[in-house]
Amino acid sequence: MESGAQLLRLATAGSVDDGKSTLIGRLLHDSKAILADQLESLERVSRARGGDRLDLALLTDGLRAEREQGITIDVAHRFFATPRRRFVIADTPGHVQYTRNMVTGASTADLALVVVDARRGLLEQSRRHAFLSSLLGIPHLVVCVNKMDLVDWSAERFAEVRAEFERFATRLEIADVAFVPMSALHGDNVVQRGARMPWYEGAPLLHHLEEVHIASDRNLIDPRLPVQYVVRHGDFRGYAGTVAGGVFRPGDDVVVLPSGVTSTVAAIHGPGGTPLAVAFPPQAVTVRLADDLDVRRGDTLCKPGNRPRVGRDVEAMVCWLGDRSSLVPGARLVLQHSTQLTRATVHGLRYRLDVTTLHRDEAAESLSLNEIGRVSLHTHTPLVHDTYRTNRATGSFILVDETTHETVAAGMVLAPAEAAPTVVRHRPAVGREDRATRGATVWLTGLSAAGKSTLAVEVERQLVAAGRPAYLLDGDNVRLGLNADLGFSAEDRAENVRRVGEVARLFADSGTVALVALISPYREDRDRVRAAHEEAGLPFLEVFVDTPVEVCEARDPKGLYERARRGELRGFTGVDAPYEPPLRPELVLRPDGGGVAASAARVVGLLA
Amino acid sequence: MTRDRAAEDYALPHPGALEAESAHVFREVAATFERPVLLFSGGKDSMVMLHVAVRAFWPAPPPFPVLHVDTGHNFDEVVEFRDRVVRDTGVRLLVARVQDDLDAGRVVEEPGAGRNRLQTATLLRAIAEHRFDAVFGGARRDEEKARAKERVFSLRDEHGQWDPRNQRPELWNLYNGRHRRGEHVRVFPLSNWTELDIWSYVRDERVELPPIYYAHRREVVERDGMLFARTPHLVLAPGERTRPATVRFRTVGDATCTGCVESTAATDDEVLAEVAASRVTERGATRADDRVSEAGMEDRKREGYF
Repeated sequence: MESGAQLLRLATAGSVDDGKSTLIGRLLHDSKAILADQLESLERVSRARGGDRLDLALLTDGLRAEREQGITIDVAHRFFATPRRRFVIADTPGHVQYTRNMVTGASTADLALVVVDARRGLLEQSRRHAFLSSLLGIPHLVVCVNKMDLVDWSAERFAEVRAEFERFATRLEIADVAFVPMSALHGDNVVQRGARMPWYEGAPLLHHLEEVHIASDRNLIDPRLPVQYVVRHGDFRGYAGTVAGGVFRPGDDVVVLPSGVTSTVAAIHGPGGTPLAVAFPPQAVTVRLADDLDVRRGDTLCKPGNRPRVGRDVEAMVCWLGDRSSLVPGARLVLQHSTQLTRATVHGLRYRLDVTTLHRDEAAESLSLNEIGRVSLHTHTPLVHDTYRTNRATGSFILVDETTHETVAAGMVLAPAEAAPTVVRHRPAVGREDRATRGATVWLTGLSAAGKSTLAVEVERQLVAAGRPAYLLDGDNVRLGLNADLGFSAEDRAENVRRVGEVARLFADSGTVALVALISPYREDRDRVRAAHEEAGLPFLEVFVDTPVEVCEARDPKGLYERARRGELRGFTGVDAPYEPPLRPELVLRPDGGGVAASAARVVGLLA
Repeated sequence: MTRDRAAEDYALPHPGALEAESAHVFREVAATFERPVLLFSGGKDSMVMLHVAVRAFWPAPPPFPVLHVDTGHNFDEVVEFRDRVVRDTGVRLLVARVQDDLDAGRVVEEPGAGRNRLQTATLLRAIAEHRFDAVFGGARRDEEKARAKERVFSLRDEHGQWDPRNQRPELWNLYNGRHRRGEHVRVFPLSNWTELDIWSYVRDERVELPPIYYAHRREVVERDGMLFARTPHLVLAPGERTRPATVRFRTVGDATCTGCVESTAATDDEVLAEVAASRVTERGATRADDRVSEAGMEDRKREGYF
């Protein structure tokens, strides 16, 4: 195998007895990663337990208690490699009482394998784990519909399980979901294609794992270097840390937060002092600055024009992991975030989430073991942070009990809710469930002339033809009325997006599908609209119309690119103003995607 | 489009990604603990660990000493090598001797059992005497199934014991090292490395290893299907005969229970090719004490071993 191959981190999920450990055993066995002495020991133990065939699950269940009870208690890490890739599998437990260990295994995963028993379909624990995968921001998910041998290799049954999962997944934020019918016991479609499911046209699981594209899952846009350790040696003073986002180069202007002092990157060193021309995540580097500053562990280096939030009030989703305590408003805890350590007080529990039905219980008074909810926290010192959606490294934290020192919660930062204290919301008499249809917002973003409006018009036509209320809010049209007072400065663009987002949310709340076609170049503005929808419990589907600027410019239906190139238009996106593509859009459409009708059908599919 | 192209340009291929993860762990411990120590036997995993530590704190030396738990049953080549490396690196070497615990009657040697198990008492004594609060170990999750269950930061109680059913959740790269007085944390920077990763790194970084890792001629004796080197510590049973063979070691430990394999691999590239083609794990091939029972490692870890 090649040194230099890319590493893919996998986490398994699914109910107990759905066959996760057997699937991993099968992956390892069929990819020849089990060595002779391990196999011999496996055969010996399988025989001793009275089995007539090799029990592959015994390979991962390594603890005495696990083998005695035949279940997985704690995360086991397994390794295997193919000539194309190397893999680390976090094999996580399916039992409800070990959900916290699933969270442990999934927090660093690139891809989650959700194992579903074809006979039983989507059980509560599969839903819980799919939701957790979405919550933890795992970008890729493969639903392994296992035990196909026990449903006579039925294509219909596979389609039913798949449809059931897809219905559930529309309410989650997972960009990429694949489905593979398989039998881990017999090995069909795990490493090799099985002959008994000729109706399945996709690739076996391993092929998918080798091909899935993960290089762009990192945030390479917002530069962040949390200072982990200050290296002093003679005259040398360097700031060591792991790049958490974006790209740094020698000569870059940087600002140190929370102090706000600015300087310039004098040099970047890799391990052992190797001079680097560029540093990116997840490199461990040492940075020297041009000025002699007081920079400490816990400080963050970033760019003057691209700063994380600095503040003492944080809104977050929290998964409670402590079994001897619970989260209650007023509780004081230690908050460990990136390289920062501070005390935090729980200001409020906004709601507790039922991870099976996704229902929000706003009357909840506490979170206990394995429960998830939205909380507001107040920290003792200012926290330098991003939202988890923008950056997993600078948007995550753990909470630690001050007396027992146990890790009691995993937290993910959300965008703060904007509250207007003098305005009191009027309670409606009609609830969302009373309405005939369910609404949603589909937000199409992309460069000018990318094809957003053309697509939105077709989506609207298809939805209305299917009897679903829909209405198009076109970027150009709203500027003729609602937003006629706005120009094209960054502030005005932000306000334009905010207003359109508010109108879309009202449409969605009324049961209509709001279709928004708007360049909306800044990620932060779009994320704010998303947060407002999430806060209201409404689906927000971001569709990135990813047409290269050369193609857009060649089309140029309104002659805008030509005018921008001539200098007649200032601040034109893609020419002299930036466009920030979504990091995790629900859908990406490219010009080679098969025509407007087909692309529109994919958008409609998101709303099914 | 541009985004994908940029992402490919900024790829950190393995094992650079593993080194970065390990460096992060070293720095985290150095920043948050008072008295860390690195366990160092002179073997390949501890050499890689020391090499990464040296690189993580460049240009300063690693801000912690190294500790050798010495069974007294050493290969002479390894001890010479250990002393030279420590001198060159500029770190402080501490040695805790199993013989001292034997002499004081704190542990008793079982005939023919080797001294691996006795190391636990010596290690725990050294930790208590020096009041170490973080102890780096070179254990890898690919080595053995109980180690596959291990966290990167593993809390040990005042008796050095591991409780596999009550491990702390470990999320993202946020490591919780908080502990009470008397407790300590075992830290495993190489958790996600495999034997092959170690050898790739040894080759790419030109990490020097003791000569016994490469093919050489020596007298060996065959016992329980394994080959043991003829050393002053190995007592031959009646009827056992030694023979010359060309061998190398895949692991280095107590000379009485660490076997060698017949091999002609004399360079890093040759060893790498041999490891990639091997059908037996390094412990299965060369560690007699792992053959004792199905849960041998788990039991030893519970007692305070690595």
